[in-house]
Amino acid sequence: MEIVVCVKQVPDTTEVKIDPVTNTLIRQGVPSIVNPFDKNAVEAALVLKEKHGGKVTVLSMGPPQAKDALKECLAMGADAAILVSDRAFGGADTLATSYTLAAAIRKLGAVDLILCGKQAIDGDTAQVGPEIAEHLGIAQVTYVAKIDIDGAAARLEREHEDGYEVIEAGLPVLVTVVKSANEPRYPTVKGTMRANRAEIPVWTVADLDTDPARLGLKGSPTQVRKIFTPKQRTQGVLIAKDTAREAVAELIAKLSAAKIV
Amino acid sequence: MQFELTEEQKMMQKMVREFAAKEVAPGSAARDEEEKFDRSLYDALGELGVTGICFPEQYGGAGADTLSYILAIEELSRVDSGLGIALSASVSLGGWPIYAYGSEEQKKKYLAPLAEGRTLGAFGLTEPNAGTDAAAQQTVAVLQGDHYVLNGSKIFITNGGEAETYVILAMTDKAKGARGISAFILEKGMPGFTFGKKEHKLGIRSSQTMELVFQDVAVPAANLLGKEGDGFKIAMTTLDGGRIGVAAQALGIAQAALDHAAKYAKERVQFGKPIAANQAVAFTLADMATQIDAARLLTYRAAYCKDKGLPYSKEAAMAKLYASDAAMAIAVDAVQVYGGYGYSREYPVERLMRDAKITQIYEGTNQVQRMVISAAILR
Amino acid sequence: MAVKVNQDKCIGCSACVGACPFGAIEMQGGSKAFITEACTACGACIDACPAQTIVREQEARQTAVDKDAYRDVWVYMELNGGQPRSVGLELLGEGRKLADAMGQQLAAVLIGDGVEPIAQEAFAAGADKVYLVEGPEYAHYTTDAFAIAAVDLIDTYKPAVLLLGATNDGRDLGPRVACRIGTGLTADCTGLGIDEATGLVAWTRPAFGGNIMATILCPDNRPQMGTVRPKVFKKPVPDHSRSGELIRVASKVRPGDIRTRLVDIIKVCTAACNLEEAEVIVSGGRGLCKPENFALVEELAGVLGAAVGASRAAVDAGWKPALHQVGQTGKTVAPKIYFACGISGAIQHLAGMSSSDIIVAINKDPDAPIFKVADYGLVGDVLEVLPILTEELKKIRQAG
Repeated sequence: MEIVVCVKQVPDTTEVKIDPVTNTLIRQGVPSIVNPFDKNAVEAALVLKEKHGGKVTVLSMGPPQAKDALKECLAMGADAAILVSDRAFGGADTLATSYTLAAAIRKLGAVDLILCGKQAIDGDTAQVGPEIAEHLGIAQVTYVAKIDIDGAAARLEREHEDGYEVIEAGLPVLVTVVKSANEPRYPTVKGTMRANRAEIPVWTVADLDTDPARLGLKGSPTQVRKIFTPKQRTQGVLIAKDTAREAVAELIAKLSAAKIV
Repeated sequence: MQFELTEEQKMMQKMVREFAAKEVAPGSAARDEEEKFDRSLYDALGELGVTGICFPEQYGGAGADTLSYILAIEELSRVDSGLGIALSASVSLGGWPIYAYGSEEQKKKYLAPLAEGRTLGAFGLTEPNAGTDAAAQQTVAVLQGDHYVLNGSKIFITNGGEAETYVILAMTDKAKGARGISAFILEKGMPGFTFGKKEHKLGIRSSQTMELVFQDVAVPAANLLGKEGDGFKIAMTTLDGGRIGVAAQALGIAQAALDHAAKYAKERVQFGKPIAANQAVAFTLADMATQIDAARLLTYRAAYCKDKGLPYSKEAAMAKLYASDAAMAIAVDAVQVYGGYGYSREYPVERLMRDAKITQIYEGTNQVQRMVISAAILR
Repeated sequence: MAVKVNQDKCIGCSACVGACPFGAIEMQGGSKAFITEACTACGACIDACPAQTIVREQEARQTAVDKDAYRDVWVYMELNGGQPRSVGLELLGEGRKLADAMGQQLAAVLIGDGVEPIAQEAFAAGADKVYLVEGPEYAHYTTDAFAIAAVDLIDTYKPAVLLLGATNDGRDLGPRVACRIGTGLTADCTGLGIDEATGLVAWTRPAFGGNIMATILCPDNRPQMGTVRPKVFKKPVPDHSRSGELIRVASKVRPGDIRTRLVDIIKVCTAACNLEEAEVIVSGGRGLCKPENFALVEELAGVLGAAVGASRAAVDAGWKPALHQVGQTGKTVAPKIYFACGISGAIQHLAGMSSSDIIVAINKDPDAPIFKVADYGLVGDVLEVLPILTEELKKIRQAG
């Protein structure tokens, strides 16, 4: 079974802070990590490989340092990694990104399953997965918590607002994976050493069969017009009392006065 | 000179750091409170291959270097120094002498499972009346046909009771003094090998420390490590390596103390500003950071010497001496930065202070380290 | 369109480096700013540059589409069990404003099986037209069938704008359709407006885990598409006297087009986890210390008839299933009252609940960021406070 997992290196947005004085993002010291949902996708791929055999290839588009993210996936147990990197791909929105990644997947040859995380924590768009499926003309199932493969078909549990849908799809299919799907394994010592020694090929624009007008900033229909920090709510009243009972009494008095309870 | 970790070492450090933060840190205060060694965490380290980092692949290891292993102890000790020392005691004190002095059969039988983390190791030298004076051993081993009969006891044994494999020092020829000591590999469950009381300690309470009792324990002659009379040399060289592990443990404690203190100093507001804005606090943090860097350089250097096949006895002693003193001082200062909260068990720094103390004591008190260092320079 | 530094004039102050939200500017040779491939052309550096050496370069683009041929604002009305989800109606209300501002019409897209009566609800909510595609193949949502129907409508009737709810299905359908059409899609918007300079829809959305907001345009492609979070906008008061034009469109789905098969639907959600629709939500976080203590949150929720939410920390720790998670990577909620119990208030959590009408926070740390957004903040141990609060509120309920 040939499995491709698309991963993204992202800043750990839980570590990002806003400078209270300049009101800008403090990126300094924010570590770059493998997008957490993509790790769930890698884990799902590894479990399927252990069960059905085959090969797991991790694919990422990004700057040269995104190799670190791929190495981490190799250390978890992926068999191969490819970085798609070129200045020509820079500034891509989801449409141009998915177009480029789809071209790279085509170059890999026949693929049974493409896995992505449900979304990346820096952009939170959840678009690249479905758009890759569209570029490749294959089916997609998003927000998947459970994957079973039986022969040429996949049985998937898709998370929904109020429960799950059980969906069957033929292969190949693109599946985006949610956090509750699994607990990603830690890389092992030996895996880490193997990953460190692995050669990660870098595919540039010259390696892919693409239309230059559809790449990078030029191939991106959406444009960021403005970036700003969100408006903060203003702080209300703070109740601090000696005992919890006094504090609750005060809270209820205030809520009642405001006709909230 | 190269002051940067290799790519591989960095990846290893990151991997253990993540495991430590997510899996080890959450329960470390509770394990301290309950004086509980959590074997499942050690098993997890085994599955990740952390227990075999520095042993060759043929014996179940990963074939990486000592420094990578030292980084693992440091990272674990930042969140739970009891687990850090459990690893060090198993690998450096239990596994290493078998690797360095064991026969091929002994390595296959005992080292491989230790390296794979399927078993836990321990080392027994200290006795009630033989601490620093190792030659005063009262545990005796008498050869009877194809086995030795051991009698005596060992105290303060890290991983005692939990470990499956023990390297035990015993007197085989009292007349020869230190040269009459031999080393044996014992298995948990050997008839006559029992455990005495569990030690209730000031710190590193998430590691288990126990008394070992030997009553006519029949140990196969095949379990003699090295030759008869090699015991003292085996013990001393084993401790040389173990001290790098203790230094790494101290380093982890010190780093954690600084991290907590720096974070707290930025958050805690008094007189309308964070306390870090006071030089009295800021300079304390600066001194902490400087000592940590010095300790780190000494510790990594000792590991480097060991990897390069250079002499490392003095280097390990210096690293352990300096890093443990630094850890103690830094942990005390961290409690001071926290003020009253530092003294409360709701906050983590008092535990670091209790944990730090042992690093100045075990695997040779810091006075012993000075003996080792001065002996080397006055030679 | 790209952002460039005129390196001759760069004074090397590196003000732009700090201003770039994407870390895409480096100082080359320590003295000249250089924009790397991570640039998204957001323009934050342009304002930050004191020497005005950073400029936005207009690049000649081949415009593939005749933009004038695209008119009207469309809203996709997502159905759930044959009934419209609230977000569709919310978007009709907001779409009405956009359409009026653009001097165009508002249309609802209704795809389903036997759903014609819902058209009336769309008219009542402000639609001028309803495009209706019906057939048994639309009884349940499938990516393939719904994408074919939506793309066919767009190709035929050419809307200028298409709004979808940022639900799981909306976020499944949106990118598939946008990609097939070859247009831009802005995900998870929390604000809509018209960009004064261009007359384009200005899509505003949180990014970087809610740390920043980005306003996004889609200048050259049509339709301009976006998914919008539920509960950001209020449902309009229905005007049942309104009516409009119903346009029936035949289904173009052929056998074999649908490559997935819905085998089963497992409902696990009770009222307690219907966070999007809830008027009152009681959420718990790490401050509860143990999973058992979540019972305190549930008891309070029980008294108030509230839904139960959880912070990411609580979900990650396995105290509550992910369905309950409130935040940037969980659900976005906007109840009338939100109780945050033992939640510190990380940005990623605030991004999911800060549009609540009233926020009540209970936390023992007086410096917790949650208090910065709370209307009522109670400093105290949540384990001590919750039982008393529940007891007191129960008394009030019984008395009232």
